[in-house]
Parts: sequence; structure tokens; C-alpha cells
Amino acid sequence: MKVLIDEEKCVAAGQCVNASPDVFDQREEDGIVVLLNENPSAELADDVRNAAAVCPALAIRIAE
Amino acid sequence: MTAPGRVLVVGASASGLTTVESLRRKGYTGEIAVIGDEPHAPYDRPPLSKQVLSGAWEPQRATLRTEEILSGLAADFVLGDEAVALDPAARTVRTASGRELSADAVVLATGVRPRILPGQQGLAGVYVLRGLDDALALKAELRPGARLVVVGEGVLGSEIAATARTLGLEVTLTGPLSAPMALQVGPMVGGLLAELHQEHGVRLRLGAGVAGLSGRDGRVTGVELSTGETLAADVVVVAIGASPATEWLADSGLTLDNGVVCDSRCRAADGIYAVGDVARFHHEGYGRLMRLENRTNATEQAAAVAGVVLGEDRPYVPVPYFWTDQFEAKLQVHGLLPADADVEVVEGDVAARRFVLRYASEGAVTGVLGWNMPKQTRLRRQEVVDALHTPVSTP
Repeated sequence: MKVLIDEEKCVAAGQCVNASPDVFDQREEDGIVVLLNENPSAELADDVRNAAAVCPALAIRIAE
Repeated sequence: MTAPGRVLVVGASASGLTTVESLRRKGYTGEIAVIGDEPHAPYDRPPLSKQVLSGAWEPQRATLRTEEILSGLAADFVLGDEAVALDPAARTVRTASGRELSADAVVLATGVRPRILPGQQGLAGVYVLRGLDDALALKAELRPGARLVVVGEGVLGSEIAATARTLGLEVTLTGPLSAPMALQVGPMVGGLLAELHQEHGVRLRLGAGVAGLSGRDGRVTGVELSTGETLAADVVVVAIGASPATEWLADSGLTLDNGVVCDSRCRAADGIYAVGDVARFHHEGYGRLMRLENRTNATEQAAAVAGVVLGEDRPYVPVPYFWTDQFEAKLQVHGLLPADADVEVVEGDVAARRFVLRYASEGAVTGVLGWNMPKQTRLRRQEVVDALHTPVSTP
């Protein structure tokens, strides 16, 4: 699984961090998404898919 | 309980689409049909008042999913046809063009419609902003130097005022409350938003209701206030809130009261569910009916309803969340911000316009609001969650 993020679309809601804190974080200064792990392991896959689904700005894409 | 053989989703916006996606993600392989009144493929609404209206984005960028992803959902999208009646016992929906669609489970996701002012229809130059076509029609009128009056000081009205001012229009924001978004964020942050708008040159005429619109030769010329003042206008946007789109359900026998009334599982009747802006569900955490018009609710509630449709038995107990971007301010709100709450600065500095506020009622945290501190605000969300799950002792 490869995770792609679009910083320009990100609205800093932080929903992805709630869903998958091992893979996503937010910048201190403006809350924009930070990708901690762009190739998450299989056991994180469900959380990451959930993070992409709950992002209100559609800023997370997953290439399986 | 076994999964339904066929699911019908009425509404093809964020909550309708997410219902379909959640059903598939949960492994549902039965038939799904979706009815949408607009001809467009599902698109996202928050950018309409910001990036689409300003022209920063091409409209296609607000599309929710590519054609490939949509077709991968193996759902039958019936677009450009409006649902006009529901028979809940037969779980059959009739559309404007005469189609009849039946299913074992029906999910109502028809959203809301903008309220309008008396005399607004038939007067050129007066707009609402709900759909993509609304945004594009309004955008075409937003020429630098034009006089725009925004009626409605809520989230949408305040965002439109900021976007239009950034485009160089002469903007006046009017509404009955004393400050922008005073109802949503309380008087203190409302006051800060008023300062922000005024610094950027938005004229505020707040604290007065609108008496009517004036026009000449079929085109709007101004907005008349209850004080007798008339605000001259070349263009007017009416953003005075929205009503749940439930007219078509009037004869259905469902309970309609500021939305489709549902239980804590978002069930309106046997096999009938509601989701998104139109759903007024029983929130077990707050112990009352709630209807949430915000983007994250559309997604979260759709996932919850998909689970219930497939036989899960879990209440929907979200922490409400919304954000707004106006000029250089990015506000994030988790939880509820009652007007009479005690407000405390818990991070940052109000004067520096980077801070987090905690709102509490009778000692219990009800919500947090961040101004240009999204991460720090989210970290405080847990306090809202904890308070929500602490039973309130009632005398």
C-alpha cells in the first residue's frame, strides 16, 4: 500500500490522525497533514483506508 | 439479521456517495441504486464558497470521485431525476420522471435547501449558494468594484463575504446578530471575526434584520433593513440558512420535524434510514435530537448508517466538527459552543491570532475552538470526548 497526500487540498481537520496516528500527523504551525509512513504495513491498512475515507478534503489517496 | 438484497440511496452528494462506499468497504455485494436530483456526478460543497467561488480551483476539482472510482462501486447512479414520493411500507421511491425504484433498505440523503427571502425569486442579481451551479452563476457576477451585499452572518455568509472581498468587490455583510458567526462561535470569537473582516475592508451592518429587497426593471438594486436603511447593491447573496429537503416526504408518514426524525441508529422507520444534513437523529451522548449540517458528519454518519443497514447495532454518537477559512484565519471547532459557555484560552495568544479556546458549561467541557492552531485544537478534542462520555447527573 502506498499513501499519497495533497497538501494543497488538506484543510487541517486532523481526522486522518484520529483514524491512523501511526501514519499521519499534522504540522505544528498550520496543521497541514504530515505523512509519517508512505508505505504502511498490512496491519495498518484498515486504519489508513479509514483515514482516507474520513478526510473531509479528499486529500489522501491510496495506491494499493 | 441478513444483509438487504437491494439498497436505494436517495441523494448523490457527500453522504449518499459515502453510504455507497461504506457499504462496499464493509463487504456488501448486493445491488445499490442512487438517485440524485442534480445532473452532476457527486461533488464536494465546502470548496464552493471558497476555492470554486474565487476561481482558485476549476470546478472539476470539487468532484468527489473520478469516473473510474464511481463505476468501480458497481452502483446504479440515476442522476438528474428528483425523488418526489416515498412509500415506506413498500420501500418504493417515485421520481419526477416517473421512475419507481424499490429496495429492501432505503437511505434518505436529500440534504437541505437554502432559505430564501420573500420577493427574491424573479429578481435578477440575487443568489443563493448551495450547489455547483449556484457557485458558478454567482462567480460570474463577482467583478472587482461591484457592490455585493451578503445577507446572513453565519458561516456561509461570512465565507462568501471574505472570498468576494479578496476578489476586490465592495462587500457589505448584514444580518440580525451582532457579529459574524456569533451563533456558531459565541460573542468573543464573533468579535474577533468582525475585526478581521473590517480590517480587510468588509463593511458590517449587523444587528438589523432584512425587511426586503428593492429592484428596478427586474434587477436587484438594494437590500432594505428593518432600520429603514437601504444598502445599495449590484449583487446580493442570501445566506440565511437552509431547510431539510423533506417536502417530498410529506405524505410518507415518516416523522418530519426539522429533518427526518430518527432513532440513535439513524433509523426513521423499518428499513428506512436518514443520513447527512437531512437527518435529525437521537444522539445518545447529548440525550437529544440533533441535526448536523457539516461536512464531516456527512461522511461519519454515512459510515454508521451503512453499518446499521448491514445489521450492526451501534448508536451514532459523533463529536460535531466544522472548520471555516476566512482571509488568513482558519478556524476549527470540535464539539458544541453554547452561547452562554465559559470561555478560556488554553493555548496560544488571542492578540497574536493563534490560539485555542475551551468552552465549558457548568464545569463540563462542551467544545474547543482553534484560530490558526489546527493541530493543537485537535489534541484538545479528547477533552470534549471525555466530557461527552461522562454521564451527566440530573437532579
